[in-house]
Amino acid sequence: MADGSISCEVAVVGGGPAGLAAACTAAESGRRVVLLDESPWLGGQIWRGEQNAAAHPHASAWFARFDRSGAKVLARSTVISSPAPGSLLAEQDGEGFQVKWDRLILATGARELFLPFPGWTLPGVMGPGGLQSLIKNGWPVSGQRVVVAGSGPLLLAVADTLRKHGANVRMIAEQASWSSVIRFGLGLAAHTSKLLQAALLKLRLLGIQNRYGAWPVSAEGKDRIQMVTLTDGAETWKLDCDLLACGFGLVPNLELAMALGCELKDGFVRVNDLQATSIPNVFCAGEPTGIGGADCALVEGQIAGYASAEFKAQAERLFAKRRSWHTFRTALAEAFALRPVLKNLATNETIICRCEDVSLGRLRQCTHWREAKLHSRCGMGACQGRVCGAAAKFILGWEPESIRPPVLPARVGSLISSRSEKSGGHFR
Amino acid sequence: MNNAVQITINGRPVSVPAGIVVAAALARSGTIQFRSSITGQPRGPLCGMGICMECRATINGQTNCRSCLIVCEEGMEIRTYG
Repeated sequence: MADGSISCEVAVVGGGPAGLAAACTAAESGRRVVLLDESPWLGGQIWRGEQNAAAHPHASAWFARFDRSGAKVLARSTVISSPAPGSLLAEQDGEGFQVKWDRLILATGARELFLPFPGWTLPGVMGPGGLQSLIKNGWPVSGQRVVVAGSGPLLLAVADTLRKHGANVRMIAEQASWSSVIRFGLGLAAHTSKLLQAALLKLRLLGIQNRYGAWPVSAEGKDRIQMVTLTDGAETWKLDCDLLACGFGLVPNLELAMALGCELKDGFVRVNDLQATSIPNVFCAGEPTGIGGADCALVEGQIAGYASAEFKAQAERLFAKRRSWHTFRTALAEAFALRPVLKNLATNETIICRCEDVSLGRLRQCTHWREAKLHSRCGMGACQGRVCGAAAKFILGWEPESIRPPVLPARVGSLISSRSEKSGGHFR
Repeated sequence: MNNAVQITINGRPVSVPAGIVVAAALARSGTIQFRSSITGQPRGPLCGMGICMECRATINGQTNCRSCLIVCEEGMEIRTYG
């Protein structure tokens, strides 16, 4: 982005399923749409690497629909703040630019929940979804011994990706109980496509040890992980490994919504039937409104796109479909609810804030998040609390404070450029 | 990913498949420790999606780039903070 500012009728932040769907329906409804995404690719994390060889049944169809829709993409573009209503400040390739919008759709997705345990900071301990994303972009796993642990349907999908790329998956350890997961599986009967997907996945993973009601308690190694200790609450065992893919489900990316002042409810962005937030002309779809997966995000995204274009009737036609996915969303949360004992994984010596190396013992000297930030610098480092904030919330029950811009580290030049806005901007 | 691109990692020339991200190129070159923490502990990529900043590296002179989100380009110079 060489100069200035661009303007559009609908700006979409995030190019995953929700953002793609929102951009498509808004553009198809005749609006001038700009979609911004941090990565060089469309599709978000779930469809990352599928632009050329789409394995997901929906992905290629949505990429094609997006190409036809007329929506513009600004790739490698990170939104860093909202300097004024109707305006976003973003950075592309180290340069700042403004996006002026009439309607804004937040489709910022989710990240993985990392629960600290002794050794979790060793290189080679990674998020399952993160590792999957990196594998799709060339991270080598062939011949590597990998343990997959944590919680959620993602674990099986990641194990499958690992297997396909020649890794030796030594174990999948799901913290939820077998009975809970089975109940969830049977409940999928209402979503036949999901049931089929799950059954085929399980079939491909035959031969890989899959433990339920089991979780990692520590990782050991010199300069990188070499061994993980797991438990089922009764017995513990050790496995040699080169990588540990460990994540405890997903947490929403709320930073931009919070910076804009959107009201939250139960830890998610509160939206009405039309996916509208509490802030006028700002919509939200997908994981920030509840962890429901790609299919749920696609429906919510379409609704948000139509609503942003004031095509209310089209939006309403999708309400029943959304209700069905919201049932799935609730079942997902119940089936993979985290067991309270996971709050005890970290010891007082365990690092919670990886950016500033703040231990749990140090945090326990404080009574809330703000005090911890002021006294220990917890959450004040490069990731700005994105990793430790969710962990502190789970372990200590601390709620995050208000968000201050920039919502991600940005170059000073980008912040300055927001003052010298130019008119008549253009794309790319 | 058929073509190769030439990059340098900490001054050492390496050839990597086109289309892979910088973090993957670093891992292929043999190290998954990308930086040392403020108390000197080894660290490598965690989130793989631009959230945690653990994979940050200097790319073509620009510091603190998220190597998990940047695709390798011909002639790219990468420095880690190990």
